Amino acid sequence: MIQPAKPDLVTVNIDGKEIAVPKGTNVIDAARQVGVDVPHYCYHPKLSVVGNCRMCLVELGMPAVDPVSKAPIMDPATGRQKVNWIPRPQIGCATYASQGLHIRTQTAQIKDCREGVTEFLLINHPLDCPICDKAGECMLQEQSTGYGRGYSRFIENKNVKPKRTLLGPRVVLDDERCILCSRCIRFCKEVAKDDVLGFIDRGSYSTLTCYPGKALENNYSLNTVDICPVGALTSTDFRFKMRVWFLKQTNSIDTESSVGANTVVWSREGVIHRITPRRNDEVNDTWMADSGRLLYKAVGAENRLASKETLDALIASAADVLTDAEGAIAVVGSGRSSVEEQFLTRKLADAVKARVFLVARSGAGDGILISSDRNPNVRGALITGLIDKLPSERLDTLAGGIDSGEIKAVISVGEDLTSAGITPEQLGKISIVHFGTHANSTSDAAKVVVPTLTVFEKAGTFVNQQFRLQKFAKAVPAKPGMHDDLDALSRLTAAMGGASLPSDLHELWEVLTKELPALATTTYRTLPETGLLLDATPWSGLRFPEGETLHFKPAASEEGVKA
Amino acid sequence: MNLKPETLARIDEVIPHYASKRSATLPLLHLIQEDVGWISKEAIEWVAAKLELQPINVYEVVTFYPMFRQKPIGRRHIKVCRTLSCALMGGYKTCETFEKEFDTKMGEVSPDGEVTVEFVECLASCGTAPVVMIDDELHENVDSAKAKHLCGQIKAEASQRKT
Repeated sequence: MIQPAKPDLVTVNIDGKEIAVPKGTNVIDAARQVGVDVPHYCYHPKLSVVGNCRMCLVELGMPAVDPVSKAPIMDPATGRQKVNWIPRPQIGCATYASQGLHIRTQTAQIKDCREGVTEFLLINHPLDCPICDKAGECMLQEQSTGYGRGYSRFIENKNVKPKRTLLGPRVVLDDERCILCSRCIRFCKEVAKDDVLGFIDRGSYSTLTCYPGKALENNYSLNTVDICPVGALTSTDFRFKMRVWFLKQTNSIDTESSVGANTVVWSREGVIHRITPRRNDEVNDTWMADSGRLLYKAVGAENRLASKETLDALIASAADVLTDAEGAIAVVGSGRSSVEEQFLTRKLADAVKARVFLVARSGAGDGILISSDRNPNVRGALITGLIDKLPSERLDTLAGGIDSGEIKAVISVGEDLTSAGITPEQLGKISIVHFGTHANSTSDAAKVVVPTLTVFEKAGTFVNQQFRLQKFAKAVPAKPGMHDDLDALSRLTAAMGGASLPSDLHELWEVLTKELPALATTTYRTLPETGLLLDATPWSGLRFPEGETLHFKPAASEEGVKA
Repeated sequence: MNLKPETLARIDEVIPHYASKRSATLPLLHLIQEDVGWISKEAIEWVAAKLELQPINVYEVVTFYPMFRQKPIGRRHIKVCRTLSCALMGGYKTCETFEKEFDTKMGEVSPDGEVTVEFVECLASCGTAPVVMIDDELHENVDSAKAKHLCGQIKAEASQRKT
C-alpha cells in the first residue's frame, strides 16, 4: 500500500518499487531514481518537454476508489487496493508524478510500443553505424540494440536528404541521420537565446535547417552536438578524428572564466581529443561554451616552454637570483593558479618577504556561462590569503616600485608582466624568475624560467564565483622538461629558507585543511565531484566584477540595496 | 515590404484577434500572399518582426503549407482541375492549351508575366468537367476551344492595360 509522504513529496510506484519524489518530477526522472531506465530521445532534463519521439511510452494507473464514497476498492485476490490502469500507453516525459501514480515500464505492451517506435525511427535512418561518427555514444544505436529487430522489413527506398550541411563554423549537419527530436532547436531557443534552427518542409521530408542567411554561430553551438541523440550534428573539430570508445574520460574544470563549468576531458595515449560539459545542476547544468572546448589546444602549442635542465638546477639558479635581490622581491601570483599553487605561492612570498600582486582579467560576461572575471580562481587567492583585496588589471604599484628601485626581482607565477602594464624597459631593470607554460615576453626576459603544467596535466582545485570549491584531475601526463607547479614552488620555498611543504597534492591538502579555516571540512580526496560551497561571508564586503550568469546572481551592491 | 495600404490596415486589424501575437502568423501570410502573390524572404522577415518572432519560426510555417508560394506568380493564376472527372473529360489537354497559348510551363510565370498555369485537385464541379479557375472565377466545360477563348480574353485585357 502506498504510504503518505512529506507534503512536497508524492509517492509513486514504478514497476512495483515505491519512491517519494518532489511533486512535478516527470516519470522518466522518477524512474531513473529507482534504477529503471525509460528510453527516450527528445526529452532532455534541462529543456522544455515536447513529447515528439514517443519512445518513453509507459503504462499509467491510479489506485481505484469508489466514485461516491471515495473508499478504496480492494482487490480480493491480492488483498491490496485495485489499480485502474489506463488502457493506452502514455508518454513518460510529459507525465508528472502525482500521489499514488502507478507506472509499469516492463509489460509486453510497452515492449511492443518501443519496438514499434524504433522500427519507425529506423525507416529513414541510415543503417551504417560502422561509418558514423556518433557510434558508441548514440542513443538510437543503444536503444536499437534493446528494441530493434536486427533486420529491416523496409524494402522501399529511404529518403534522400542533405548529408553535409554546414550549420555554422563549428557544427555540421547530416539531415538523413536526424530523428527530428528537436533538442537542438529547443536548446538554441531556450538556453542560447539564438533561435536560428527549425524544421522546414514538415512531413516525410522534414529537414532541420538554419534560417537562410543566418548561421548557428553562437558561442554555445557545440552543445547541440552533445545533446543530439544521433549522429546528425557533429563538431567540425572532432568529427571523424577518433572513436569515442578509445578515449579516457577525466573530470576537469573550464578555466576560461570564474563560472567554472564542469567538464570532461577525453584523451587517448596522452593526447586530448575533445572537451565536453559535465552535468552539475548547481553550476552549468549540462552546458559549456564553445570557446572552453578549444582550450586543450594549448597543451601541444608551439610556444610551450620546456627546459633541458633538471628542476633541481633550475631551483638552485632561481634561489641564487632571489638571494641577490633579498629584501627587494615582489611576487606576481595568478588567478589562474589552483588553490594549492596559490597557497604555496603565499608561502614562497612569506619566505622571501615579498609583496604579492595579482593580475585581474576581465571581459564582457555573456550572462550564460562566461562571467566578466576571466580568471578561474581569484576567490582561491582570497581564501589562501595570497591577496586580501580584489586585484586590478594593471600592475601600476609594481611598476612604480621597479622605477624607484625598491623592487629588484620579481617572481612571476604564470603571469605575463608586459600585458599587465610593465614596460620592456622596466622588465630590463629587474631579475625575473618565471613559472609558466607558454613563451611570452616575460619568459623571454626572465633570468630563470621554470616550465610548468597546464590544467590538463595536473590535479587541483579552483574556487568559482559562487565560492564553490571544485576539483580537476590530471588528464594527460606532462611532456619531458616540464615540471609540476606544486613541486617547483615547494622546492623554491624550501631553498629560500621557508617552511618545508609537501609537493604531493594529498599531503599538501592535510596542511591546507589545518591552516585555512575555510577549507577545514574537506580534502581533495573527499571533495565531491560537484564541488563544495564554501562560506563566503569573510569576503562579502568585496565588490566582485561578475554580473548575472546561469545559476549565479551577484550579491546586491550597496547602492542597489539603498535604492 | 511594399504592401497596399488596405493590406496593412487589415494586418493591423487581424493581430489583436488572437491571444498571442504568434497565432496571427497564418492570417498575415494569407494577407500578404493575396496582396503580393507570393511569400518572399523579405515578407517572412517582415512578418517575424511584426509578430515578435524569429524568421525561422515563420519560415517553418511557410514551408509546411504547399499553398504558400515561395516563388513569384503571374498576374493571373490559372488553376486547371486534374482530378478524375476533369482528367477523363480532357483536363490535361486544356492545361496544355493554356501552356501553349502563353508559351509557358507548369508552375512558371509566363514570359509576358501575365499568368501562371497549374494543376489543382478537385474544384467541386465534376458535372461540368473539365473546369478551370482563373483567380477566383470558375469556368466550366473548358475544352481546348474555350481555353483558347479565355486566353484571348486575358491577352486582350493585358494589351488594353498597356495602352
